[in-house]
Formats: sequence, C-alpha cells, structure tokens
Amino acid sequence: MDGINNHFEAKRTVFVTVGTTSFDSLVRTVDSDQVKEALSEKGYTHLVIQMGRGSYIPKKSSGEDGSLAVDYFTFSSSIADYLRSASLVISHAGSGSIFETLRMAKPLVVVVNEDLMDNHQSELAEELAERKHLFCARPQTLYQVIKSLNLDTIVPYEPGDANPVARLINKHLGFPAD
Amino acid sequence: MVDFVSVSLVVVVISTLLVVRVLYVISQSSKPARNTSQKNLSTLVVLGSGGHTAEMINLLSVLPKDRFAPRFYIAAATDNMSLQKARVFEDALDDKTSLQGPEPTQFMQIYRSREVGQSYITSVGTTLFALGHALWLMVKIRPQVILCNGPGTCIPICAIAFIFKILGIRWSNIFYVESIARVKRLSLSGLLLYKLRMADQLFVQWPQKQYPRARYVGRLM
Repeated sequence: MDGINNHFEAKRTVFVTVGTTSFDSLVRTVDSDQVKEALSEKGYTHLVIQMGRGSYIPKKSSGEDGSLAVDYFTFSSSIADYLRSASLVISHAGSGSIFETLRMAKPLVVVVNEDLMDNHQSELAEELAERKHLFCARPQTLYQVIKSLNLDTIVPYEPGDANPVARLINKHLGFPAD
Repeated sequence: MVDFVSVSLVVVVISTLLVVRVLYVISQSSKPARNTSQKNLSTLVVLGSGGHTAEMINLLSVLPKDRFAPRFYIAAATDNMSLQKARVFEDALDDKTSLQGPEPTQFMQIYRSREVGQSYITSVGTTLFALGHALWLMVKIRPQVILCNGPGTCIPICAIAFIFKILGIRWSNIFYVESIARVKRLSLSGLLLYKLRMADQLFVQWPQKQYPRARYVGRLM
C-alpha cells in the first residue's frame, strides 16, 4: 500500500503544449534523449505532449525501465485538466497558454517559435521572464534551461484586473459610476 | 466651361463638407459622453482567437451586462473555438440576466479577407467578399458599442462603423484593447485604428509612451 502511495505521490508530469497550430521543433526537442534525460534527472517521471497539427510523432514509452514515460495527443478540449495535473509546463509562446498556466501557479518554460513570421510573441515571454514569472527558451536552448532550472527563483504571478478598462468604457459612454 | 466650373465647385464643396464631418466625428468620438439617458446600448463584441478571446471574456465579465445589451458576438468563420467560449460565458450568466434581457444574445461568423498562405490574386476577390459580408452584418446589427482587441477581423468592422458615423447612419462607440502580448509596440490592427483615429479609445496593457493617445490600463490577464 505504502509503495503504491509513494509511487502515486512521486508522479511528476511535464506537460508540453504547442497550442492550436504546430511546433515540430519544440516537440522534436522535448522528445530528444538529451532533454528527456535532463527532465528525469530533475525528478520528473512523465512527459505528456500536446502536439497539435505537427507532423513529428514522438516515441511513446511506458517508462518501465525507469526512464521518462512518454505519451502524446493532438488536441483536447480540456487542456486545463492537463495543466492542473502537471508539475512543470513547457509551452509555446501564445498568451492564452501562458496566462492559463501562470494563473494556476505552475512552473512554466515558454519556448519561442522562431519560425513564425511575425515574431512578436517573444516580447511577452521575455518581459515575463525578466519579471521572473517564467523561464524563456528557444528550441535550441531548451536543454540548457532545463539543466539549470531552479524553481525557487520564480516570482508568483499576480493576475491582472479588467476593472480599470471597464470603468473607463462605462465613463466614456456616460453611464453613471456605480 | 460653366459646366466644368460648377462641377468642380460641387466637388470642392462636398469634399470640404466631408473633411469637416470626418474631423467632427473624430473629435466627438474622443470626448466622453455626458450622462446617458439610455439604460442599455447594443454591443458588438469582435472575438479574435485563443488569447485574444480569453482577454475579451475577462473584460466582459466585469462589464455590467444589463447596460451592454443586447450583445452580438462575431468571430472569424475559421475559428470555431471563440464563439464556443462566448457561448459558455453567456450560458453561465443566463439565469441572472434573462429576466431583464431585451433581446437574446446572437453569435455570428464572419469571412476573413485572407487566409494564411492564400495567393494575392485570389485574395482580391475574397477581400471584397469579406467586406461585403462585414457590411451586411453591420447593417443588420448597427451596434452602439463595439468592443474589439484584434487581430485583423475587427478592421473591416471598425472601418464600416466609422463610415456609418460619418454618413450619420449610426453612431457607435469603438473601443480597442490592445493584446497583452504587445509589450512594446502596437499590433498592425492597433496601429491602423490609432493612426486613422477610428477608435474612440484605444487601451494598452503595458506602458507604451510612444503612443500618447493610447491609454494605459494595466494587465487584463
């Protein structure tokens, strides 16, 4: 019984998400032996990859030999459940995934897709990395970032507030202040 | 000769009137209204995708629903997630506001002028088609308030709304909230609305001093 409990408690999942499009260079990188070993060394036991429309298929593994257990899927309507059960999230730089993860207070590594034409996405990831809310990487630096990952340096993210804009909109339209 | 003079005179007068009208519309738009007598204003919400939609839902959740009603949601025809999210949001409100709701909330899709990777030659046709479709929707809805936060889907809508204002067809208040992803610079949609002064108010979520008319409101997410 104890053994089962311990095993359950020791389950530490890394969830990788590429969003609604594809990001093969990220999936290929997390599926590399180098990165998987680095995650194992950090104490993670499971790797779940949401691969979107990508064409690179990761290698599934049950992890019975003590290595990282790997599973993947294309899309899911309940990304939130995967985020909730993750101990570490590795995400593309879309603002939707970034803030959903930060609001759940999960450690987050954002990987910027340099193949995108209009690469404004790195702006947000870099700004938030500077404020120590997350770690920012590129596919080719992901290994280093995971190697030197120190979750104690994370500054918890304070969710924003839409009330100031709402107040200005109400005022502009001439609605009385509540 | 007389004909030429009179025609040029008419052209000059009309263009002068038009310029005056455009300037008037722009200056009136930026001024806040005095206390409105209206209880509610019909509101068009233009949904972007992914992160844009999440930001918009966050804003809607703190706006008084009885004032911003009836509500019309528009999303790109290729985006099937956003309207779904809006429906979930509206369903969660239903029991609280259905008693006072004058008209039911509507959800609509709009054609996009250009899909990623489409050739420029065919995109002339699709752009015209998309504009026509936007015009049709705007004639039907004639919203008093437009809320948008990019990306491109909102541009034809805002342009038509602005033309409606100039022609006196419908006065709508246009609000644009730049995405939280834009830390240093406005997006193309934001920049267009800013430069052409089509939005009554343009909000940014990070301090961006290079746009003095944009209002910094802090993070929505």
